[in-house]
Amino acid sequence: MTLRVLAAMSGGVDSAVAAARASEAGYDVTGVHLALSKNPQSYRSGARGCCTVEDSRDARRAADVIGIPFYVWDMAEEFDREVVADFVSEYAAGRTPNPCMRCNERIKFEAVLDRALALGFDAVCTGHHVRVDDGRLRRSVDGGKDQSYVLAVLNSEQIAHSVFPLGDSTKEEVRAEAARRGISVAEKPDSHDICFIADGDTAGFLNERLGGEPGPIEDESGTVLGEHNGAHTYTVGQRKGLNLGGTPERRYVLSIEPVNNTVRVGPRESLLVDEIVGERPVWSGRAPATEPLSCGVQLRAHGEVYACRAWQRDEELVIRLDEPVAGVAAGQAAVLYEDDIVLGSATIASTSRSAEPATVS
Amino acid sequence: MVYLDHAATTVTRPEVIADMTEEFSNLGNASSLHGPGRRARRVVEEAREGIADALGAAPNEVIFTSGGTEANNLAIKGLFWARNGADPARRRVLLSAVEHHAALDPAMWLAGHQGAVHEEIPVDGFGRVTPEALRAAIERDPDDVALVSVMWANNEVGTVQPVAELAAVASEYRVPFHTDAVQAVGAEPVDFAASGVTALSLTGHKIGGPVGAGALLLARGVDPVPLVHGGGQEREVRSGTLTTPLLRGLATAVDMAVNERDDHAKRLAELRDELLARVRAVVPDVTTNGDPDHRLPGNAHLSFPGCEGDALLMLLDAEGIACSTGSACSAGVAQPSHVLLAMGASEETARSSLRFSLGHGSQRADIVALGEAIGPAVERARAARSKRR
Repeated sequence: MTLRVLAAMSGGVDSAVAAARASEAGYDVTGVHLALSKNPQSYRSGARGCCTVEDSRDARRAADVIGIPFYVWDMAEEFDREVVADFVSEYAAGRTPNPCMRCNERIKFEAVLDRALALGFDAVCTGHHVRVDDGRLRRSVDGGKDQSYVLAVLNSEQIAHSVFPLGDSTKEEVRAEAARRGISVAEKPDSHDICFIADGDTAGFLNERLGGEPGPIEDESGTVLGEHNGAHTYTVGQRKGLNLGGTPERRYVLSIEPVNNTVRVGPRESLLVDEIVGERPVWSGRAPATEPLSCGVQLRAHGEVYACRAWQRDEELVIRLDEPVAGVAAGQAAVLYEDDIVLGSATIASTSRSAEPATVS
Repeated sequence: MVYLDHAATTVTRPEVIADMTEEFSNLGNASSLHGPGRRARRVVEEAREGIADALGAAPNEVIFTSGGTEANNLAIKGLFWARNGADPARRRVLLSAVEHHAALDPAMWLAGHQGAVHEEIPVDGFGRVTPEALRAAIERDPDDVALVSVMWANNEVGTVQPVAELAAVASEYRVPFHTDAVQAVGAEPVDFAASGVTALSLTGHKIGGPVGAGALLLARGVDPVPLVHGGGQEREVRSGTLTTPLLRGLATAVDMAVNERDDHAKRLAELRDELLARVRAVVPDVTTNGDPDHRLPGNAHLSFPGCEGDALLMLLDAEGIACSTGSACSAGVAQPSHVLLAMGASEETARSSLRFSLGHGSQRADIVALGEAIGPAVERARAARSKRR
């Protein structure tokens, strides 16, 4: 029987080509554009966002060219509750969330996938640059565009119901193919930044929702060095914008402590951590590692991969880095890799520095 | 394909296509003074006379437009400007709460940009405006009413309004009364003079005529301020080169629709009743919307508890059955219908509704196909709805 596939179409070039390839591969493809805002803007401004009326029209036009049915699904309520509200509350708790990851986990591969399955579809297709190998996520051949990190939250069940047609192609090839297929969004700029903050002003967005209560900037000994205008606008590892004036040495944000509205700063040395504890671990295509597993870990989107040993301890993922690393923010994802295969992931809950320098055996 | 969306647009009549095809090969601008111009002018004037005759109007009461939306805009904005210009106290624009966006949005624009006050006349649970409700709205201050607009028949739920009674109330206060009759022509007995309305909108493509041609029937001596300025072709109220082939097609469609109306309406009402029976047989908890007695013959507007209308639409579409959620798509996101909300429906009920509309070419086989597809579709849509938290 022909597999029925629901293609999520943002209006961008990647999801359009993904839908075209799925259709050409013989799947019975239906396109949907996810309306994520109750009051979408009429036009795109620059490369931001993916929820304007213009994007919806681009997606519909691409579906017409491919020759597949197309609908708009209203996911605004779910998106607001699961992604936007979570984004705000994570910042309020002093963490640095990754809303794209959250959207993949809760919207595209949960709310949309569940609805699709109930309506008789077999899988969801997206334009993410990632491969699936033997039930496990694998980095795209285009290292610069690889999106395995933001998909690493998916469990085996979700991966089994996903179709990612772009993982074997570079972005260049995808654009060229879009032009060849007559899909008019071939030259559309890549989207980046946070789609629900249209003007790109994250600090302003957070201040509006969390208020900008001033509070102290302290060093590790508790000495007040300055004042901030809202702790949630800072990120661990940040150096610029602290306005501490005359301090001779460079200071970095070490932590954000919402309980007493304090931003703690210190020298770069104090940013170094070698143990990370993650919550809500997900393992893909394998049983949880209960013994230390030598692998690599990536700690932010498009970040470096560090050598580590990782294992699951009760409901937590413990990661011991071979060498200390600076600027690891709670709320981001720690994604474990073996070469280019995703082993699992967890949300970073806490970080620490062992008393002894990390020994590399 | 099973087409159950004739209220959106319907099949163009072969006779209309033949007339227009012939006319498209003829040369001549109806405003020119030479032979070819006179020939075109004759076609246009015959079309005007035919439409006037079919709908109980005088020929010079027919103002050709590009369709229903333009006719509504001309009536609502044009009459507001004229009435408000003559007496600035006249600011209130009274519209029923169930108008199509083509009437609602001009009124809202007047309120937002031209100093008008847009007021909704409430409807009952069937979507009907009562003469008492209209009287109460006018009575709040009869001197400041610029105009009243109440549609003849509702495009979503099919409710037919007591237009003549409402127009009589408005005329007591010497307030112009406009009605959007695009769904009513060919389905209801529409007589412009007998109804007592000041202005009436109609369009070609809802009755088997061409898309892009319509008219505003406008009583003698009523002069709205034009929307479009230019050659003044239509009683100095509407400008633009007369679209001779389209107007000939429009006249053919109006004439046929009005002549066939009795039989057509009876046939559609029977099919509609069977549609309802077949759906009810497989989905016993389905509910109907709109007025059970005063309604368009080809309209069935149904709510499916526990379903989302857009999911049902998609599932039926996949089975080759075309219908509508009936609600306007605002900025890409489907909004719950303002019509159903005005009738007192909950947002949940409004979102669970589908409109099936029958027309020329509708057959019993279409109804049978729907009866077979609707059960599984509802089952799936309910499963999908229950996944949403």
